[in-house]
Amino acid sequence: MRMTTITEAIISAALAQHGSSGAGEAVAAHAAGVAEHAGAALTSVDGPMWLGLIPLLPLLGVVIIAILACFNDKSKLPAWISVGLIGVSFILTLVTYLGWDGHSVIHTRLWEWIGLSWGDHPGQTLSSGFAFYFDGLSLLWMLFVTGLAALIGLYASEYMEHDLGLGYCRFFAAFCLFVFSMSCLVMGDNLLMLFLGWEGVGLCSYLLIGYFYKKKTAVDAGMKAFIVNRVGDLGLLMGMLLTFTTFGTVEYDALFTQIHAGTTASGVPLADTWQVWAIPLLLMGGAFGKSAQMFFYVWLPDAMEGPTPVSALIHAATMVTAGVYLVARMMPLYTADPNHVALTAVTWGGTITAFWAATIAMAQYDIKRIMGYSTISQLGYMFAGLGVLATTGGVFHVFTHAFFKATLFLACGAVMHGFAGQLDMRKLSGLWKIPGFQITVIAMLIGCLNLSGFPFTGGYFSKDMIIAEAFVTPDSVIWGSSWAGWLLLLTAGLTAYYTFRVFFRVFVGPVVYEPGEDLHGDAEHFHPHGPKWAINLVLTLLAVGCIASAGLYFVGGEHGWTGGMVHASSAVVETGHGKHGLLFGKNPHEIMFYISAVFGFGGILLAAWFHGPVGLAGLLIGNRTKADVVRMDPIARAIRPISTWAEHKWYVDEFYHLVLVTPLKVFAYLFSWFDKLVVDGLVNLFGGMPKVGSDVIGETTQTGVLHDYAQRMIAGVAVVLVVVVLVVF
Amino acid sequence: MTDAVLMLAQADFPTPMGVLTLNHYLFVSTAMFALGLIGFMTRRNLIIMFLCTELMFQAAGLALIAFGRYHLNFDGQTFVIFILTIAAAEAAMALALVVLLFRRRESLDADLWAELKG
Repeated sequence: MRMTTITEAIISAALAQHGSSGAGEAVAAHAAGVAEHAGAALTSVDGPMWLGLIPLLPLLGVVIIAILACFNDKSKLPAWISVGLIGVSFILTLVTYLGWDGHSVIHTRLWEWIGLSWGDHPGQTLSSGFAFYFDGLSLLWMLFVTGLAALIGLYASEYMEHDLGLGYCRFFAAFCLFVFSMSCLVMGDNLLMLFLGWEGVGLCSYLLIGYFYKKKTAVDAGMKAFIVNRVGDLGLLMGMLLTFTTFGTVEYDALFTQIHAGTTASGVPLADTWQVWAIPLLLMGGAFGKSAQMFFYVWLPDAMEGPTPVSALIHAATMVTAGVYLVARMMPLYTADPNHVALTAVTWGGTITAFWAATIAMAQYDIKRIMGYSTISQLGYMFAGLGVLATTGGVFHVFTHAFFKATLFLACGAVMHGFAGQLDMRKLSGLWKIPGFQITVIAMLIGCLNLSGFPFTGGYFSKDMIIAEAFVTPDSVIWGSSWAGWLLLLTAGLTAYYTFRVFFRVFVGPVVYEPGEDLHGDAEHFHPHGPKWAINLVLTLLAVGCIASAGLYFVGGEHGWTGGMVHASSAVVETGHGKHGLLFGKNPHEIMFYISAVFGFGGILLAAWFHGPVGLAGLLIGNRTKADVVRMDPIARAIRPISTWAEHKWYVDEFYHLVLVTPLKVFAYLFSWFDKLVVDGLVNLFGGMPKVGSDVIGETTQTGVLHDYAQRMIAGVAVVLVVVVLVVF
Repeated sequence: MTDAVLMLAQADFPTPMGVLTLNHYLFVSTAMFALGLIGFMTRRNLIIMFLCTELMFQAAGLALIAFGRYHLNFDGQTFVIFILTIAAAEAAMALALVVLLFRRRESLDADLWAELKG
């Protein structure tokens, strides 16, 4: 067992300074306290090599499925291979978690990936292993990534069955590749491994959004996701390069040691440098791109063009939380800045996005897109949580959100599957009474309760933790953090409203349905078909997982299980920031349970009043008797410009098109003409000259007579000989 | 190899007509090459032209052997053995081509084939 620890180094240094073994214990305790300050106090343990199987098994799945595709396999074998291999990865992760001592970092180095050295000074060696770094944060992430991927793979085995054959193989190959990339992203022990996974998940996202490649909107959406992410990735790449030039390393251990020491690689105090705020801001750009925040959010709603299991796994539960992971992982860097510039940007970026996306979600009619906007909004909460130094809250929300949002998406997917692609809430109603959809409706209800922060659900506890911390953290530390808290509270009310708007309109009330555009056959004789065992099983398991995730708040230490996990990772935040803000003269954590419950109930009641059907048990305030006539309609008409704008997503896409896409297209046309006229023209001019010359010369010299050619050859050799003789002798 | 042996080896050969030196061989070689060249340029019969190229070939071989003897190594002879081998193969092919060309036009005149005129 290797024990290279910062704590140990500090302790030995301190002991050497004091020179007395009597004071050793106190000094050691002090040193541990200091080390905890930057979250770099974790001891390091060598992990077994089989940890490498966690990412490599899904990669093996890609190879096997590719071979199956070559043999034109038409069975469900690709699905079973994916589920099996990812399931084994999940079990291995679980074994690792159970064998973990709860406070150290498990290191496994498979091989040296990049090792460059161009000098002896610090910062002249770039070393990056294909190595894994298991602390509380990466273990937590891996548990839900592999677990949810296995479940959603099982769901997809039924959902994708209309596409058996090459399409099925393509889907599951990309699915496995995604799990491999996401594992590299989360488990990697340096920023380069993270980058490898980061780009890998981006590629898989692109491949799976554009899965229906004959549909133009799907292809466009894939391109949009990829291009918007490129912009964010530029920030990530620049942040990484700047990290390397500043700290001389990209490996987490060495990096956190350096940050903890408070100097750059060349010994300059960190607080005096511009990098201390520039690096976190650049990394934030990458995180915002991947997690669809602020200016970058536009790709995520369009990504709903992909198959629903993909929306659930990649665009709700796992990949889009990679940005949150990056910020949480780099928390020591964010807190190293005495002015908290980047943290303030993260807080307000997250808060504004949460509010903005919620306002759009309120006016949409496509239920899957509503879930897409709610994902953006919830990711905003997570970033706001990280920003106000509530890492535990942010990470807990990632965890609960992964379960309830996967449930919501998969329930929407079951509806889509059963109604030939119908997602318009104006054409669907009363699913509760249609045979076969009961499990879907119950799962949807549990998901909706979580999303709207209904008391004692997982989403309620995690969201409360974030909002309460926004009030706990004083405005002097994070600029306007209590205002962010109020905006997040308002957003919680909006969230409850738009979530139950979907539920009350689609899942209860009079039975109305119309098939969607994927219909094969006669619309007159259309019968919805309820999901079969795989979808029902997964929905049940996920709904149970949603309920269980709430229990995590009560097990473990002060902030529940997640608190313990975060405390055993680099994401832990010091408590010495004077975090003692009050709300109405009370501890925000205690009072928030009531305040947010009021906002949540308020939203649900509003949704029931405006969209609830007649005679719904317990909520007798609704009056809807048709699918597309609700009490909201006259109000929407009365505030027409606003409601129409919200329905058109505030015209942000159109604005981007005008400001970014159109000028680029104009430039592209201009350059295309320049290329054709000037560049190609010059090349053709020079290319044409020999041709003209040869036409003239060829007429006279190319006679076809053997002797003439021999003559010229001899003459040429003679000339060369004469020149050689004249020059040499 | 000592200098004495080298000098002995490079010594001129006495003949009934005088002393035979490297220059004599080179002269014969040059003369053969010139004859071949002139023959190639002046004759139109394909077989004669082909024989002339062979003559130039052998002239080069002779010069190589002479130089090899002069420098007392086997490089020149090695070359010539290669040249002879290749010349044998090439002669077989070239004569076969000539036969084919003759069958086309019932003539050996090289000027009859001028289709490559550009």
